[in-house]
Amino acid sequence: MITLTHYLVLSAILFSIGLVGIMTRKNLLMLFFSTEILLNAVNIGFVAVSHYYGDLSGQMFAFFIIAVAASELAVGLGLLILWYKKTGSTNLDSLSMMKG
Amino acid sequence: MFEVIAFYTFSILTIVMFGIVVLSKNALYAMSALAGGMIFISGFFFLLGAEFLGVVQIVVYSGAVMALYAFGMMFFDTTREVKENVHYKKLVYALSIIAAVLIVVIMSAPIYSANTEALYPSVVEGVGNVQIVGLVLFTKYLVPFELAAIMLLVAMISGILLVSKRMDMNLTQEDNFEETGEII
Repeated sequence: MITLTHYLVLSAILFSIGLVGIMTRKNLLMLFFSTEILLNAVNIGFVAVSHYYGDLSGQMFAFFIIAVAASELAVGLGLLILWYKKTGSTNLDSLSMMKG
Repeated sequence: MFEVIAFYTFSILTIVMFGIVVLSKNALYAMSALAGGMIFISGFFFLLGAEFLGVVQIVVYSGAVMALYAFGMMFFDTTREVKENVHYKKLVYALSIIAAVLIVVIMSAPIYSANTEALYPSVVEGVGNVQIVGLVLFTKYLVPFELAAIMLLVAMISGILLVSKRMDMNLTQEDNFEETGEII
């Protein structure tokens, strides 16, 4: 029988995978991918709690998280393309110098 | 029994897919694995009786977000391997696992300690998941819904404005034009 704990553990595993991605990758595109993984892990947790407690609020929050993720991606990818046009690299280290 | 099999299948597949995303050197492989992982996550949503969110997950993530990434990747050189220099690898893994466990404890401790009662019951006789989601979304969560719509509109406009700037020029070529300071 699958309980809420199973889903929360799965959510934690996926969240830690995303955090490993955030901390180890130096490519900005990979950082975006890891952000998506983090948001999806949280979504699984919300929907699982919503199901096991019979309350729809969790699903609503997951819905809004999806909307936020989509808009964050649109703006972030636009900025990333702009940065790539300017410097020719998507490396995180190229962002470390503030040279205007 | 079916639920158990489905849960473990989907969780193994999702973890493998996201592991590929995080550890792969090739950006294209990472993107494909991310699309697969999103589809498998929608499987969890269907398993939990949230059909609406499952469909939204497939449509938004595997459809829109992946298309956006694919279009974005046309701007980058994806064939070459991603070069990275990383220090303290073990410390990073330990820190992220500790942080994830902490966040789950913080999130789930109030749920386990207090008896939460359902404000918006997700199971109503004779009403499906999509109908009840619509009912709650357009009554209690109407203002956040409209705000999300405005936010998506702003994001769309800003994305178009940012990317369409000097679209007619070659990306790889060094341009010697002066920055004119205009927005578009």
